[in-house]
Amino acid sequence: MKKLPLQPFDDDGPVFNEPWEAQAFALVLALHEAEQFTWDEWARMLNEEIVRAQKNGDPDLGNTYYQHWLNALEKITLVKNISSNSEIHAKAEQWRHAYLSTPHGEPVELG
Amino acid sequence: MPHDHDHEHTEPPSDIALRVKALETLLIDKGLVDPSALDEIIETYEHKVGPRNGAHVVARAWSDPKFKKQLMEDATAAVDSLGYSGRQGEHLQVVENTSALHNVVVCTLCSCYPWTVLGLPPAWYKSAPYRSRVVSEPRSVLAEFGTELAEEMSIRVWDSTSEMRYLVLPMRPEGTEDWTEEQLQQLVTRNSMIGVELAKSPNNLDATVEGKD
Repeated sequence: MKKLPLQPFDDDGPVFNEPWEAQAFALVLALHEAEQFTWDEWARMLNEEIVRAQKNGDPDLGNTYYQHWLNALEKITLVKNISSNSEIHAKAEQWRHAYLSTPHGEPVELG
Repeated sequence: MPHDHDHEHTEPPSDIALRVKALETLLIDKGLVDPSALDEIIETYEHKVGPRNGAHVVARAWSDPKFKKQLMEDATAAVDSLGYSGRQGEHLQVVENTSALHNVVVCTLCSCYPWTVLGLPPAWYKSAPYRSRVVSEPRSVLAEFGTELAEEMSIRVWDSTSEMRYLVLPMRPEGTEDWTEEQLQQLVTRNSMIGVELAKSPNNLDATVEGKD
């Protein structure tokens, strides 16, 4: 008899569809472990974002879950005075510039 | 710096990926998160935590009455004794299927899920239609998963919260009396532990294994 596989048979797809989803997921867990917010506070923030997205017409079929997750992450860092919208925006633009000024194939770093 | 040479740049990621990157940089710079801790979390959830943890728990409960008793009384401690412990301080409760009662799990509020034993939830679990319909019409939702329950069978829907997560203990399939715990694990699917399906029957399993050979 062949060796039994450990994994139950399941046709589940990948856990994260894109790398940023995994990054956003990990940031929330890491901030929670650093005691920046309780898990209950996080769940409430995420729920508010989901409800808001639904009101704005998102059919909320599960494929936009990590977008809600990221919105909630930005909100909770705002509420907890960890970072501001302008700070996030400025840093994102710095990264965009770093990409645009780095020759293809070289590691992209913030100057 | 102006960029006159289009071929001499790297295409930036999508706006949403840039937002995440920005947040990550800010949080690392502020000393709130550690890059290696982030990598470890991703590695854990992508490769180490998954429904086979739950399958281990269920197969142990099927084959060890003492473990099952402990699991039903204090699932958090029982699951922890197998090495699966939660990171969010949440409690786990195991709900047992019987010939008269079928259990199914949802999180109507967001997508709370027993991560430690099932990994991350599938997309449909996070979808609005599942979250609302499994409460209002569980029998038809189960039927869409191919799970037809007898009319006299009651269905109980458990709504997860950030403090309490649920894991369904499916019924042990017939014809598995002499199976080892390791063999039994193969019958336990993620969906059977959410409660939208039953555990696989030994007949179905044989077909799958042969098909893979």
